[in-house]
Amino acid sequence: MSDSLDQIFIRAKQWLLSWLSNAPDWLIQIASSLINIAALLGVFLTLFALISVLERKILGRMQNRYGPNRVGPFGLFQPVADGIKMLIKEDIVPARADKVVHFLAPILIAATAILALGIIPYGRNMTPFAIDGGILFFFAVGSTTELAVFMAGWGSNNKFSMLGAMRAIAQMISYELPLIITTFPVVMVVGALSPDAIVAAQNGYSFGVVPHWFVTTPWGAAAFILFFVSGLVESNRTPFDVPEGESEIVAGHMTEYSGFKYATFFMAEYIGMFAISGLAVTLFLGGWHAPIHGLEFIPSYVWFFGKLSILLFIYIWVRGTLPRTRIDQIMNFAWKFMLPMAFTCIIAAAVWHYAGRGVAGWLWSLAVLTLVYVILSILLDTRKKFATRTYRFAE
Amino acid sequence: MNSAAFVVIAILTLAAALAAASLPKLIHAALNFAVAFIGVAAFFFLLGAEFVGLVQVFVYVGAVAVLIVFTILLTRRDVQDTGKLSWGGAIIAIAVFGGLLWAIRKTPALSIAAPQIEALTVKRIGGVLMTDYVWPLQCVGLLLTAALIGALILVMEDREEG
Amino acid sequence: MTPTLQLFLVVSATLFSIGLLAALSRRHAIFILIGIELMLAAANLNFIAFWRFGPQPQPPTGVMIAIFSIAIAAAEAVVGLAMVIAVYRHYRTTNVDQFDQLKG
Repeated sequence: MSDSLDQIFIRAKQWLLSWLSNAPDWLIQIASSLINIAALLGVFLTLFALISVLERKILGRMQNRYGPNRVGPFGLFQPVADGIKMLIKEDIVPARADKVVHFLAPILIAATAILALGIIPYGRNMTPFAIDGGILFFFAVGSTTELAVFMAGWGSNNKFSMLGAMRAIAQMISYELPLIITTFPVVMVVGALSPDAIVAAQNGYSFGVVPHWFVTTPWGAAAFILFFVSGLVESNRTPFDVPEGESEIVAGHMTEYSGFKYATFFMAEYIGMFAISGLAVTLFLGGWHAPIHGLEFIPSYVWFFGKLSILLFIYIWVRGTLPRTRIDQIMNFAWKFMLPMAFTCIIAAAVWHYAGRGVAGWLWSLAVLTLVYVILSILLDTRKKFATRTYRFAE
Repeated sequence: MNSAAFVVIAILTLAAALAAASLPKLIHAALNFAVAFIGVAAFFFLLGAEFVGLVQVFVYVGAVAVLIVFTILLTRRDVQDTGKLSWGGAIIAIAVFGGLLWAIRKTPALSIAAPQIEALTVKRIGGVLMTDYVWPLQCVGLLLTAALIGALILVMEDREEG
Repeated sequence: MTPTLQLFLVVSATLFSIGLLAALSRRHAIFILIGIELMLAAANLNFIAFWRFGPQPQPPTGVMIAIFSIAIAAAEAVVGLAMVIAVYRHYRTTNVDQFDQLKG
């Protein structure tokens, strides 16, 4: 019973493909890919619409007010209203802008964001495109985003856009290194770049209640935190949204875009968020595995999307809590703290593996991580030492 | 191997490369350069070397193309080339192309179809890198470090000299 | 027409000559670098094509050479672009015809 509920989407797809059973081979392949793509787009565009209203409601509740609650029950039809507004807005293109580059930039950003979603395993046997080097594909596509951001900034022929694009690219390149290096411990321990293999290596439970997810190991927890923070920066979310902060640089590289193109940028940012959260769930949180052995009857995709929702809630929570950081603070943090800690995670993972993967390994890798963390904290101490206060009174 | 895919990728790559070589505006040439490299990566996928294709996209489009556009921005006095095609260069290029084509035609052993091949997994590449090719790997690591330090030194502003 | 090895080699020869055209007939330093990178990509395509169409089973030598070539090409592009920036600071132009003095 639980197995059929788990595989219900796979069965539906096979039933759809059985209508084409007497077609040539390449047609069946194309139809299979199209069904995968349609399902992916359907699920994630709906999730995008839902998150765009839920984020505002959650932010509102954190700021002691209601979010949007006029359109539909509890305001849940707000995305429809937003969509209609974006579609009927006038599309303004600056007169001296580079028309081709200006037009292609939002398309390219959205395309690379959606491409990155294709290799994540959403459930048992439910990876849309299972490539052997899946993680490398994700990062290759993510690094193409920078070029598209530059196209947006340059194509607008606007100094604010150009400055915003340069800042965004500098931020994204700096944090791409910790993002990628924190995935190395996981790849090293599993021995494969394929997300399916990584999820399969996280099955099993100790004592029936502690799952073998990588986040339960010290290097995995540290790598997960670093990966999550790098993901926050890569998707230009507060507290790292200097490239699009309204009080600083108008809207950065998105300044000269109006209407539907702006909505495309917005959508690309959220889908980038989904992709990075999905990858974090796959790499560290066990993918579609259940946390306790007894709960395995719940379908695998429910667990995946549940974990994804928790990570998205943390994204929104951080946005509502922390103020924006300065660009030089962001860069310092990346190069002076996150990069050494990321390298330490690799060493800690190796120590965990070679000290046997039991309690001894856990304690040794925890010791390595704590040592490096303490050393870095002492070296990077930037608290100003204040002189003793002197009082001067008016005579 | 799919011949329709081959034709499409070939047209895309060669058109983008031609655009990168001949467009007057530098930014357009740089962006077409990125498209040409995506086309070459697609060729690598077609030939069954997926890892190299992904590395190609990652390194060239994600890093080298971004570097080129940054440099274009930083050296912005003349973003247009004069646009006059120098005939000497064109003649040499056509002569080289003719020579290569003649060499390819003359070798009959080259008109073979693709044999069946076992898929080249990342695991195998990793294994080979760590056993047979470990010395080149270390040398490339040293080379990249030297290039990084060298580039930094080249562009660092001299603070001592006025 | 199923793609034979000859066809792949013709495509890579075309890419090489287009790169050569860009490197020889342009006066902007960055265009010349673009041409050089295109030529390197054509050579990589040759390596992979020969590896694929070669006698089976064979070790992944062609693939390894291509991987190292990509890494080295990236390093060379970095240093080349750093030089372009450094020379621009001095000469205020990127037209290679103007770089005609050995005195710094």
